[in-house]
Amino acid sequence: MSVLQIDFGDDSPVSPPRVVGIDLGTTNSLVAYLDLTAPKVIPGTDGSPLVPSVVHFPAVGEPVVGVSAQEALLTDPSNTVYSAKRLMGRGAADLGGELSLLPFALSEGSESVIRLLVGGREVTPPEVGGYVLRQLKQNAEDFLGEPVTQAVITVPAYFNDAQRQATKDAGRIAGLEVLRLVNEPTAAALAYGLDKRQNGTIAVYDFGGGTFDISILKLQEGLFEVLATNGDTHLGGDDIDNLLLRVALEDIASEWDRDLRSDNEAIQLLRRAVINAKHELSTSPAATIAFDYGGREYRRHLPREIFDKLITPIIDRTLAPCRACLADAGLSPEQIDEVVLVGGSTRIPLVRQAVRALFKAEPHTELNPDEVVALGAAVQAGILSGEVEDQLLLDVTPLSLGIETMGGVVSKLILRNSTIPASATEQFTTAVDGQRNVLIHVLQGERELAKDCRSLARFDLKDIDPVMAGMARIEVRFLIDANGILNVSAKDLRTGKEQTVEIKPSYGLTDEQVEAMILESFDKAEEDFKERQVREARVEADRILGAVEKAKQNDAWFELPADEQAAVDVAINELLLSYHGDDYVLIQHKMEALDHASRGLAETMMNSAVRGALKGKKIE
Amino acid sequence: MNQIPSDYFAVFGIAPALALDLSELQRQFYALSKQYHPDRFARASAAEQQYSLDFTSLLNDAWRVFRDPVVRAEYFLKLQAMEPGDSRTNPPPPELLEEVFELNMALEELRSGDIHARDQILEALNRFLALRDRLDQDRDQLFERYDAEPALATLQTLRDLLNRRRYIENLVRDAQQALT
Repeated sequence: MSVLQIDFGDDSPVSPPRVVGIDLGTTNSLVAYLDLTAPKVIPGTDGSPLVPSVVHFPAVGEPVVGVSAQEALLTDPSNTVYSAKRLMGRGAADLGGELSLLPFALSEGSESVIRLLVGGREVTPPEVGGYVLRQLKQNAEDFLGEPVTQAVITVPAYFNDAQRQATKDAGRIAGLEVLRLVNEPTAAALAYGLDKRQNGTIAVYDFGGGTFDISILKLQEGLFEVLATNGDTHLGGDDIDNLLLRVALEDIASEWDRDLRSDNEAIQLLRRAVINAKHELSTSPAATIAFDYGGREYRRHLPREIFDKLITPIIDRTLAPCRACLADAGLSPEQIDEVVLVGGSTRIPLVRQAVRALFKAEPHTELNPDEVVALGAAVQAGILSGEVEDQLLLDVTPLSLGIETMGGVVSKLILRNSTIPASATEQFTTAVDGQRNVLIHVLQGERELAKDCRSLARFDLKDIDPVMAGMARIEVRFLIDANGILNVSAKDLRTGKEQTVEIKPSYGLTDEQVEAMILESFDKAEEDFKERQVREARVEADRILGAVEKAKQNDAWFELPADEQAAVDVAINELLLSYHGDDYVLIQHKMEALDHASRGLAETMMNSAVRGALKGKKIE
Repeated sequence: MNQIPSDYFAVFGIAPALALDLSELQRQFYALSKQYHPDRFARASAAEQQYSLDFTSLLNDAWRVFRDPVVRAEYFLKLQAMEPGDSRTNPPPPELLEEVFELNMALEELRSGDIHARDQILEALNRFLALRDRLDQDRDQLFERYDAEPALATLQTLRDLLNRRRYIENLVRDAQQALT
């Protein structure tokens, strides 16, 4: 093919930085990397790869992430943020009923971006995500022993533009360059595709903590082509927890004659109790919700039949998107070859039963449903870095994109389930003589009227040449990139000049706001990284110094020429001098110098060992 | 660096035509995707990344348009500067006037609770579907004829056919909606 001849590769660095794959989940987050050819999850400080997506903002000091933050949910609930993913890319008005379940205060001006008042400061959901990502970044750096600056981050397939942008912002805030946002169900398919390279049609049913996705893919010679996707970004295990929580609260209200609904601490304790019971019910026929509070005991026996009955309406809500997705893909359930289950909520027996009944197939559960998305993200990271060459993902945009026209009607430009990148061009003109601006309102959604769709942004075409009404010809190009994010550019067809476009996003942070958030946390991350490097360098220096000291007791040391002995001593001294500084690069240099200076010693030791062996003497 | 292709046919490196071999085109689509997808250029220069993005978005748009013969024909007409009319403002084709009138009657009756109108609508629906099938066969013949001998008259016939088809498509949709 002669369409494009790009010369690439020559100027690429010798050892390009590693790209990690991150699953930024509602409940837990994970980071994974590609180890030669197999993706592997990276354990955190506590040994588990799962980092709870919880951030505690204490009144004084740095925010705390993960397991310790989870503890703070009980002791300091109003300053501890969980499930922040549900708030990504949304305004206060979007939340509606969910608002009452949030145990923290919202600040004024939360219309386009939610601002939580925690730890005496204002925090946006992308910042909360940023803290979780920074923790994962640190875990990866500790584990891999190198700085990590580039990542693939997964998002629910049904995330809209604002939610995707917010996730990308979170990455930037954490000091990560987000090379790609990849859809969670697609990532899961990639993770499975590694072991079983085969052709066929697969459905991925992804029921997580806060979101539900269904994607149908065609797999053909390493090409993963998404045919259709559907879902609900506000449907997940959280809904089951909230349901059980409501039931238990009512129960307690009548048993104890006490309303605990406004008692944050009690609610968090009870939430943990119902979650424990929910988990137990995945493997046991019955569980007990056990809650001790204020010197009183609440015990509720919950058989699985009752649990199933309670959650049936929630599980049923996943089925309509599945049917719509099949219809969009032009397939019947019988034509699905494989079904893959993703997300913690697919451990629930009733969920598996529903999936089995719908697709008439036994779902795959070989990979840990908590880890499979991160593993797939690591594969995608390998595709981007060039380590994986025989696979490629062709994903789609989940929602139609359109512009508002006369009478508030939406004119669709890019239809849902279009393979991305996808584009559309549209011509605009002026309505009044000498008009300088044209405002374009861009929306996402399937409904006919603008008021029923999700407003993405208003694009202001500025500085149009003042001409007679209808004479201006501005061509606007709408492009959805491989991350599912909209890019808009415009050209004046009369002059051929690029047209200025000012973007006013309906939801989300401006570039400047994100920029301000980055510097703050990036500097810290850099500092943290240096400190860890210094600590690690010292540990390594201790080991080397110990080994050299021990070698100096060996006969070989005394066989060494005096100048070599002196050189070793100098190197030891210099390493000791750098040891207490905070320049880890210097410590590393001095270690190398010592290693170099003691090479003769090491050789002599080896030779005498060999001589000893030849003499049949026992070697120490 | 090469220019961004100017139209969908250039993306695939083929001469403009109405009849296309879809299975061959699909093979091409996969091969070009594997070569030019932005995932292959994550570490290339900004200019190469931009080219890859522009090229693959055109490739995806082109494949989406080509694989549906109706959308493809509309695109082809547009390239020839022949805008198809808007069916919402166009009057119904004369030979369909009576059919449309009867369907509207039946739809009205069904709305007012007359169950028997269902059969009438179902009958009408089947007639429309048969009509659509016939138009599609005619369309494919026009494709072949124009590719063999590009004559403006053929394109005009094609445009009229597409307008009629779009009208029938709307009737099919109305009838199907009423029946479900």
